[in-house]
Amino acid sequence: MRAQDADRLFYYLCGGLALGLILLVIGIGLTLLWGSLPSIKAFGFKFLWGKVWDPVNEEFGALPFIVGTLITSFLALIITFPFAISSGIFLAEYAPPRIAGPLSALIELLAGIPSVIYGLWALFYLVPVVRWFEMRLGAPPFGLGLPTASLVLAIMILPYAASITREVLKMVPQELKEAAYGLGATRWEVIRGVCLPYASSGIVAGLVLSLGRALGETMAVTMVIGNRSEMPTSFWDLANTMASVIANEFTEASKDIHLAALIEVGLLLFVITLLVNILARMVIIRLKVK
Amino acid sequence: MNRLLYRKLKDRLAFFLILVLALCPTLPLFHILLGVVKQGISSISLEFFIHLPKPPGEEGGGVGNAIVGTLMLALSASLLAVPIGILCGVYLSEYAKGRFGEAVRIAADVLQGTPSIVFGIIAYLWVVKPMGHFSAFSGSVALAIMMLPVIVRSTEEILRMIPETLREASLALGVNYWRTVLKVIIPTGLVGITTGILLSLARIMGETAPLLFTAFGNPFWNFNPMQPVEALPLVVFKYAISPYEEWIRQAWGASLVLTGLVLVLNLSARLLARRMGGHGR
Repeated sequence: MRAQDADRLFYYLCGGLALGLILLVIGIGLTLLWGSLPSIKAFGFKFLWGKVWDPVNEEFGALPFIVGTLITSFLALIITFPFAISSGIFLAEYAPPRIAGPLSALIELLAGIPSVIYGLWALFYLVPVVRWFEMRLGAPPFGLGLPTASLVLAIMILPYAASITREVLKMVPQELKEAAYGLGATRWEVIRGVCLPYASSGIVAGLVLSLGRALGETMAVTMVIGNRSEMPTSFWDLANTMASVIANEFTEASKDIHLAALIEVGLLLFVITLLVNILARMVIIRLKVK
Repeated sequence: MNRLLYRKLKDRLAFFLILVLALCPTLPLFHILLGVVKQGISSISLEFFIHLPKPPGEEGGGVGNAIVGTLMLALSASLLAVPIGILCGVYLSEYAKGRFGEAVRIAADVLQGTPSIVFGIIAYLWVVKPMGHFSAFSGSVALAIMMLPVIVRSTEEILRMIPETLREASLALGVNYWRTVLKVIIPTGLVGITTGILLSLARIMGETAPLLFTAFGNPFWNFNPMQPVEALPLVVFKYAISPYEEWIRQAWGASLVLTGLVLVLNLSARLLARRMGGHGR
């Protein structure tokens, strides 16, 4: 009898903690909602498309940051796409195992470098390069701003996107490839005609997950985006993303409504990354069914 | 014949294009590593590791307090996250069937995908605001939440690979299920679980965003978890955007220490995972 009680107790302990994990996620959502209530009450849905972010006059609209986040993240994804796909194909199809193993391990190690160090590097090596280009092209030579932030984001999500692409390509059945080779296809024709179509939904899921990373990336972006809370009007502008405005202003927010507005930006960020991750998960589930 | 030549040419061309595109991105990645080593190595000295920072404008000083702070944050976050994470993983692999288990897995995935700055806000609202001041403890709460999903999922995966016969052998000897879990299943998967913990530590040690308004930073020695504490990533951030040359030099030094720490953690996790080879994986 006692033994059974102990077993049951252990079961409840583990189950309780697992339930706690679910409650933690719900709690995070509710806390963000509760924290941003003053701002939601004051601005309503106008918060989403208000173009003015003015802590002094207590007027808060998050559109500049939403736009900043979307521009930098999607640009990063577009820049990184050809490189990530090529790296994945190279590691999965071309490189001999003796090279592919260590090389992909190295890429994954580089993915572990803290984001603040990417920021430091970008600040001292990438900014001068971008400034040089801006001077050549006749744009205002800030060096900082949207293009720099997109570039550093692209570099940061590349290892991640590349390793997912590689994993997905490795899942393509050998028989399928051999059948194509048997018909006389060249290597490129096998990749183009068999591997990529088979892996396409997995690659898309990987890119969506990378996008999720880029959306929430904070430190490196904060250091090079220039931190200007106005609507960006050109590609070369200084800007702010949702994550960077929180990082910059949270400790300085002396008014309650300012803090609530920042928390609401956090809530938006939480909801957007949640949706992006659910999207990726749905693609993966469809992949498994196939 | 011409058609065959064309196809072969296309094959060659595709290979070279892929090779070039695949090798291009390794350049900035290596440049970062090289830059951190080249710029950081000049700051590294005994003083750098054990001294407090000096005020701006003065030469010298170190980041001893930040190293202590980072270790303190990592240790206390582990104390919070490791037991909970392992038991959640045990639940998922041993008990969970059906929808509830799936919900727990989704919760872990959501935590994994949530931006780290959001955990900073959460720890601020849950710990800093009620306490009334910044503290190392609030920072470790934020970091612990970030560690959880990694530990949960890796524990589950490892325990699932343990052969059913092992459980049955233990149960047949009359050992309770909970004892079987603690004495047979977890020890068998220990190497894999440790790998997961090391990976999660590597993930949080370099995190800056969740510490900005929780651990906050502190230019002095602090060993009290209820007080604000400095951390290496915070130092890198603060010094990097400062106008002082000496501070910027030290930012590179602190980056080198931090990169070293994270790479060592990642590498040892990888080596452990490889050594496990026959066991389980």
